[in-house]
Formats: sequence, structure tokens, C-alpha cells
Amino acid sequence: MYVVIVGCGRVGSALALGLVEEGHKVAVVDEDEDALLRLGEDFPGEFVHGVGIDIKALQRVHTENADAFVAATDGDNTNLVAAQLAKERFGVRCVVTRVYDPHRARFFKEQMGIRTICPTADTINLLATAVRTCEVNP
Amino acid sequence: MFVVIAGGGKVGRTLARILMSRDNEVMMIEQDRRRYQRLTQEFEEAVMYGDATEIFNLERAGIERADVVAAVTGDDEDNIIICQVANHKFEVAKSIARVNNPENQEAFDVLGVTPTVSATNSLLSLIEHEMPAHRLVHLLNLKKENLEIVEVMIEEGSPLAAKRIEEISLPAGVLLISILRDSKALIPQGSTELLAGDQILAILEPGREDELTLMFLNG
Repeated sequence: MYVVIVGCGRVGSALALGLVEEGHKVAVVDEDEDALLRLGEDFPGEFVHGVGIDIKALQRVHTENADAFVAATDGDNTNLVAAQLAKERFGVRCVVTRVYDPHRARFFKEQMGIRTICPTADTINLLATAVRTCEVNP
Repeated sequence: MFVVIAGGGKVGRTLARILMSRDNEVMMIEQDRRRYQRLTQEFEEAVMYGDATEIFNLERAGIERADVVAAVTGDDEDNIIICQVANHKFEVAKSIARVNNPENQEAFDVLGVTPTVSATNSLLSLIEHEMPAHRLVHLLNLKKENLEIVEVMIEEGSPLAAKRIEEISLPAGVLLISILRDSKALIPQGSTELLAGDQILAILEPGREDELTLMFLNG
């Protein structure tokens, strides 16, 4: 599988390394050139310096050939725009994006057809479950 | 009219000032705390603090009854998201986005965010308009309305020079509206003769520019 990942922070870089290890072909885009350091010297995939909403940067990594596209920068709006471009402009079938804001995540999932993953909503659920299942000591 | 303005920079606050002076109601949203505090001195209740890409803040600003939303922040991705939320969630009648980096214009177009305003592109059109020999210049783009106005020059040696309008067959979806000759506008008629150096204003459906340019080159 060929996967394009926008955002090479803790999440993007770990995802890239994990996918490469499983034998997938990976290209990573990040606006910070130093982000390449997170991937290590032996990273066999491609790294492109650029912004996720820049169509030229997405062309450089041949997003049109991607089987999957992940937007995982720290900016919700950058992720949402990059994900929509991957879907609408490059025709990528599997597009996933991280969105911290639960309201934007839900709106773009339900009304704009973008697969959003919301760590905030997930954390709220986990915490709520943890609280509900607490054994209260008198 | 009630206008929600996202972004209180130079563009946003000038826009707000003009709209208010014409008796429109305005709510400006600014996400920088210090800038917001400065803005309150002039705009008082017409400015609020917050991130305009958060649905909650748009609701607080009263987007549900807005006639127009103007997304004029300095971030193109924010302007795109604000307009998408305004259009698809709140069904605002009209939303306008500012394009900061002209290279992002295609992203706005692909994602259906229209109309857009780009200072850089406008400046470029104006400068090209002043150049002695210039290619086709876009003077007005109304994508949603499927209409644009362009200017093309009849070059020396163009097969159209010295032809009468009634002798040329324009591509479908193209209409000549005016001829600029010696800095004066003429309303063209069938018998009007075209001359080299004329600048032609034409109204056309978007996407017909190439046909028009070819016609000017090859007749």
C-alpha cells in the first residue's frame, strides 16, 4: 500500500515508521524540515518539506497514487483542508484525519463525508468510563 | 444587513468600519487577545474574542441570522473552513473568503469556496492591464454565477485586426461587451471594425478563455 502522511509530529512520524515496518511505501509531508529527524536516518520512505494545503506539495509526493492519506498536523483546519483536497482533488479513496475539536470533527464527518478521528472526544469517553467504573472506597 | 467578519486585521476592521458607516450591523471575531482588546475601544460590542473556526464561536457571533459571512483572517485554511461551516452548517446566503496566498486559489476552488478575493491577484490583474502587450486578463470572476469578464488585446498581425464584428464567429458562450480604443470605450456593433491595439472586454462562461485566446491568435 502507498500511504501519504501530512504532519510529522509524534503521531505522524510514529505512524510512518510503523507502516514502513509493515512493508508499506510511505511519503511524509511537514512544514518543518527538522521533523525529518523524528523519522531517523534510515527512514526508507520519502520526506517532502511543504504545507499540507499546498497542492504542489501534495503533487510532489504523488498523492494521486496514494491508497491512503492521513492528515495529522497539529492544526485542525490544515488537516481538514488537506484531507478534503486528497479526496476531491486527488481522488484518494481512504482519507483519515485527526481533528481535536469535537464539534468540527463531528460536522465534517457527518455532513462533509470526511473520516475524522477526534482524540478529545475519545479521551472524554475514556475518562468518563474510568470514572463510572471507579470503585469508590468509603 | 448583518455581516459576520472573521478576522480583525487590517482587512477585517476596515471592512467593519465601512459597513457600519453604511448602517449595517457587524460582528467581528478576533482570536488574538491583545488585538481584540484594542479593537473593543473602537468597535465595542461589535467585536468578540474567539477562534472563528470553532462552531461555538460562530454561533455566539450570531451566524444563524447572518446575511453575509466574510472570512478574512490571515490563514487560508481557516478561511476555507469558516466558509464551509457557514455554507453547509448554517446555510448563510453568502460567504466570501480572502485568499492570502494566490497559490492556494485552487484549493478554494476545488473545495467549492467561492467567491474569493485575493489582493495579490487583483494587483496582478491591474498591473497586467497597464502593460502594453498583455495576455488575457481576468477582470471579474463570478464562479457560482458561472460568469467572468476578461480583457484581451488584438495584437499586431492578429487575423481579427481590420475585421468587422459581424465577420467573426465568436465561440459559443462568449459575448463582446466593449472595445477600449485610445483609452475610450466603444460599444461594439456588427459594423464596428476591430483594429490592432484594441482591448476587447468580453463576458464569458468560465473555462472558455483558451478558445477565446486561440481565436484572437488564429482568427
